[in-house]
Amino acid sequence: MTAPVTDGDLASRLVEFVGALRSKGIPAGPSETVDAASVIDVLGLDRRELLREGLASALVRRGGQREVFDMTFDLFFPAGTGATQAVLDRDEEMNLDDLRDLLAMALADDDARALEQVAEIAVDLLGQVGDPDSPTGGWSAYQTLERLRPQTMLVQALGLRGQGAGGQGRGQSQGQGSTPQVTDRLERDEVRRNVERFRQMVAAEARRRTAEQRGREVVTRHAVRQGSDRIDFLSANRQQLEELRTTIRPLSRKLATRLAARRRRAQRGRIDIRRTLRRSMGTGGVPLRPAYAKPHPARPELVLLCDVSGSVSGFSSFTMLLVQALSDQFSKVRVFAFVNAMDEVTDIVKDTSGDLGTRISQEARITKWHTSSDYGEALGDFAEQYLEAVGPRTSVLILGDARNNNQDPNLGALHDIAQRSRRLFWLNPENHLRWGLGDSIAPVYADVVEMHECCNVDQLSRFITRLLPV
Amino acid sequence: MSTMDFTSVDDVKKRLEEVGYLASDAVATTVYLASELGKPLLVEGPAGVGKTELSRAVAEACDASLVRLQCYEGVDEARALYEWNHAKQLLRITAGRDETWDEARTDIFSEEFLLPRPLLTAIRNDGPTVLLVDETDKADVEIEGLLLEVLGDFQVTVPELGTIVATRKPFVVLTSNATRELSEALRRRCLFLHVDFPEADLEERIVRLKVPDLDETLAASVVRVVNALRALPLRKAPSIAETIDWARTLLALGADILDDEVVRDSLGVILKHADDVAKARSSLDLDQVLSPS
Repeated sequence: MTAPVTDGDLASRLVEFVGALRSKGIPAGPSETVDAASVIDVLGLDRRELLREGLASALVRRGGQREVFDMTFDLFFPAGTGATQAVLDRDEEMNLDDLRDLLAMALADDDARALEQVAEIAVDLLGQVGDPDSPTGGWSAYQTLERLRPQTMLVQALGLRGQGAGGQGRGQSQGQGSTPQVTDRLERDEVRRNVERFRQMVAAEARRRTAEQRGREVVTRHAVRQGSDRIDFLSANRQQLEELRTTIRPLSRKLATRLAARRRRAQRGRIDIRRTLRRSMGTGGVPLRPAYAKPHPARPELVLLCDVSGSVSGFSSFTMLLVQALSDQFSKVRVFAFVNAMDEVTDIVKDTSGDLGTRISQEARITKWHTSSDYGEALGDFAEQYLEAVGPRTSVLILGDARNNNQDPNLGALHDIAQRSRRLFWLNPENHLRWGLGDSIAPVYADVVEMHECCNVDQLSRFITRLLPV
Repeated sequence: MSTMDFTSVDDVKKRLEEVGYLASDAVATTVYLASELGKPLLVEGPAGVGKTELSRAVAEACDASLVRLQCYEGVDEARALYEWNHAKQLLRITAGRDETWDEARTDIFSEEFLLPRPLLTAIRNDGPTVLLVDETDKADVEIEGLLLEVLGDFQVTVPELGTIVATRKPFVVLTSNATRELSEALRRRCLFLHVDFPEADLEERIVRLKVPDLDETLAASVVRVVNALRALPLRKAPSIAETIDWARTLLALGADILDDEVVRDSLGVILKHADDVAKARSSLDLDQVLSPS
């Protein structure tokens, strides 16, 4: 903090900060705010990094929320205001090439401080958009990165490393003669990771500068990302989907313990009223010995029908992988995929190599004469060919947005499936406000099956733990 | 108010380092806050990043006694809090045949027949105490309720003896591997610390501290390879414990540089699944006989 802050000012800023966290899905209550205040009291404001860790320990209650916290923290407790020292110190005539040289050096050096300075200068030099004094002006990370193109600097940075300009003993492998070392091969990846780090620094710096101009609230609302369990399946980009995929294993472990706990409770037996009353005849109508219902002997079976057409494929493949990771919780899991033709993909999902989406579209027959999704046709296929997969112990999940391109919904087939199965659910990754708009026939299907909105991981895991029969 | 006698964050860092625990800023700050605010510290993170080790280090740095409650499925009040020594009570009753019931009753529910379990031990301890509740997520939900009561007020009620209040608040560390979500109520009472794999610099220092005989450049290479492995989609990413094991292995093998053969032969020390080993081999090009450079 550069400016001394009076107490009242600090308190209101803290409350505002907690409010911003709440709006991003970190459930911090008043008691957390009080904790945070006493943290500030103990630590003081002198050292920003310590303050960051301290506030995080009081306000963040679980892993996976830290990134959101850090971004918001940077906005509310910025390291400084306006142009930073590095920007003020730079040469007046510095141009793009000089900056690129600086960046290459910083990338090769593995030096976080230098990278940060380059990021500050770069945003100041390249990132300005709009009129600087108007409220719509600001700094754009996208524009900065487009002009600087850090991804093209890989070779240059690697070259600098090779010369030993890397310093810090990083280039030492050259000094030891020609023996090839494993670490040599890591250099490329390391530089690539540095580039990624640099991108994030540019984004953070642009957010900070823009927040000064347009207010913290606006920037928090638009530029701070949601935590990974709230990423919308339908609007997630490639990187976010990757991120989601890494959460599958820990998530499945968590869900498995919850399902197991529910199963244990279910087995502890409900009282069988009929048999208890029958038994009580022997004791004059007083139910001395309660009779319990027999526990269900078998684990449930699960059948997944997944729409894998472009619009919902991210959601479908995430759910397929999650269910596969949970497969030991069910006696049998079968997965079917469709766009407008139904095909079984259980084996493809089991085999973890390669990208699931591409492999399904290559190896399974999921389309007929056209390539847009047709639920009625696909459900008809299923009822015709695979209905034997559904039995009285089977729960069927249909994944899709019910956007049928104005084809026949084929409610009859869906009804057949519902009749044969134990439970039938439809998980719709679209916000329920949009059901029925455009070519969506979600309300029509929702009359026949129970339809649940499933926009993010949070909703999906809630469905699995609460509703799925065990 | 403070439970331990740390004076500042840097003091925490220095004293933990003296007992062989290199703390990051995050760890040192949270430990200091937990001690100053008298709140329990909930530590989460992958296996082998030094969660349990942290409480041992704090205990050693402050000359406090370490009381440990290991949680497992089915751990109950009798294992966590206290228990009456039934066998001894029976012996006492049979030994004093002639006395009246009232005399016997007041006697057999006295201090002598009480078996204190970790939570009670920690609360009754007069000196500085570190209470470690290990793997809290393994315990059942009921125990969480018990912990809430004990950690909220630092007092235990034994019906026959009355309420025992802590004379000196223990420094409480709860660890969790996040196999189960801990309840919101328990989380709210704690300061939360997520320990992750350390930065490369810190890890290098840790390796050098734990394996002092290892060559400096080799230590740097070890950390680099481990960091590269963590970037791969492995089933179990190597943690600090594995890094240290690997460094010790390399020392025992007498390796002075990391070449393909050494890494290939010792990969089993850091990776614990067969398919992880295969994945690491292919991505590090270990199966190529001649490296392309």
